[in-house]
Amino acid sequence: MIITVLSAVLVLSGLVFFVGGAVGLIRFPDFYTRTHAAGKGDSLSSFLVILGFAIYQLRDFESFADDWLTILVMAKMLGISLFIFLTSPTSTHALMDAGWEDGMKPTIHPARPKLLNEDFDKFTT
Amino acid sequence: MTFAQCSILAGVALLFFMIPSMWRIVIGPTALDRIVAVNVIGTKTAVLLVIIGAIFERVEMFVDFALAYALLNFTGSLAAARFLHRTKDHIDDFDGEEPPTSDAA
Repeated sequence: MIITVLSAVLVLSGLVFFVGGAVGLIRFPDFYTRTHAAGKGDSLSSFLVILGFAIYQLRDFESFADDWLTILVMAKMLGISLFIFLTSPTSTHALMDAGWEDGMKPTIHPARPKLLNEDFDKFTT
Repeated sequence: MTFAQCSILAGVALLFFMIPSMWRIVIGPTALDRIVAVNVIGTKTAVLLVIIGAIFERVEMFVDFALAYALLNFTGSLAAARFLHRTKDHIDDFDGEEPPTSDAA
């Protein structure tokens, strides 16, 4: 019972962060902020949802000798969530780096274009 | 509400959260925006495969599909990022300001 409630809470809280990622992807003004919303929202919410379903696998667990297959499936699900948690920020960082080195200009406050040009001189070679 | 209903709710909600990403693929000003949205949809699909396995009570089969999908998604987005790197052709349909590399270089 407590495992079911815990996993339902984890899954629903993961859905909350998925809402954040979707809203950020559609509402933010330029490429870099959209990438930021996509990377952060996806990594945490995928972790929470898959962790909820992995904990739910333990509901009929009695002994390790009988239910080792359940433990194996749970380990695979935790591996998927760890993999997404590592690779989602990595891929969004690679895309953001490609955009930056190709000269995609971020939307900034009107008082800051001089600082932006200094950053371009500093980081693009 | 049982956990099966909760899983179905989560799967349908994930399907609806793909709609903003799809809209970003349609309107996205540059190609990199579209690739980020495709990456988001791929991550959501890997999670959705786990949810489908939990609904059908065959998680031990679907979890391998989800793992393969996550691997392919990561490889695909990295390949797209390296492919578009320093080609600059995808900036041309960007209808904002001029790209600043001409002043910086």
